[in-house]
Amino acid sequence: MADTLERVKKIIVDRLGVEESKVTLEASFKEDLGADSLDVVELVMELEDEFDMEISDEDAEKITTVGEVVAYIESHK
Amino acid sequence: MLAGKTALVTGASRGIGRAIALRLAEAGANVVVNYAGSEAAAAETVAKVKELGREAIMIRANVANAEEVNEMFKEALERFGTIDILVNNAGITRDNLLMRMKEEEWDEVIATNLKGVFNCLKAATRPMMKQRSGKIINITSVVGVLGNPGQANYVAAKAGVIGLTKTAARELASRGITVNAVAPGFIDTDMTATLPEDVKASMLGQIPLGRLGQADDIAGVVLFLASDAANYMTGQTLHVDGGMYM
Repeated sequence: MADTLERVKKIIVDRLGVEESKVTLEASFKEDLGADSLDVVELVMELEDEFDMEISDEDAEKITTVGEVVAYIESHK
Repeated sequence: MLAGKTALVTGASRGIGRAIALRLAEAGANVVVNYAGSEAAAAETVAKVKELGREAIMIRANVANAEEVNEMFKEALERFGTIDILVNNAGITRDNLLMRMKEEEWDEVIATNLKGVFNCLKAATRPMMKQRSGKIINITSVVGVLGNPGQANYVAAKAGVIGLTKTAARELASRGITVNAVAPGFIDTDMTATLPEDVKASMLGQIPLGRLGQADDIAGVVLFLASDAANYMTGQTLHVDGGMYM
């Protein structure tokens, strides 16, 4: 869990150029981290590569916060 | 000009698609030759690309089928690692007067000529977004702008491609991907060869430059859009029709 969060955090910080301290489990990609729709699509693509998994479009659409991403990855590993 | 780049050209076995594949190869690109049915012709395109000293593979896929398109991109990426240039050229005609046009004729043309472009755009977007660059060129038609009796399905699809080009251009601009269209006029290919002589004669009368276009006339403009010379252009439709549409 901690490891997953760290890896997710790193990708978000790299991709969105935000302060690491802002990337909390509750943070919303669009509202708190300034991501637009295309950024979210790209994040999902990078997470798929990082964790070697596929996130379906349907599932990706439901993910809005950092915590939800981490939980999704944990439950699909 | 395109050394080290990979281009995927749909409908590249014959006609305009083949001319585009060869022109891009001449400029240095390796080419993925997509075809739907004409296997022998596709093999000939591949052989000609190789004669130019570039790599080429042929992949059979019906662009109207998303699954086949995704498989094609997977195979192309496995072989070449990237897709830098996508040319959506595959197209069919099922001409008929509106009153007589069958539902299947409408559906088939929309599926290949419009949905086919959507399927390939979608599949190409992922690798291109990752590499933060890409050139997409959609082949539309002068009739998509002017209309043409007997081609309601084809015209609707080609006009749709122009709108799709603009939307994709806006969505992907921030990721360094340009999306433009080329609108050929009447080009001397298998597709236009079957037209009756009187239709051809009346077409010629509408072309200020006074001749049918050659596939290579289109390929040259596609090469321009695929090159760095066109880096600051996106969402545009270039008309290559001897002056029919001004």
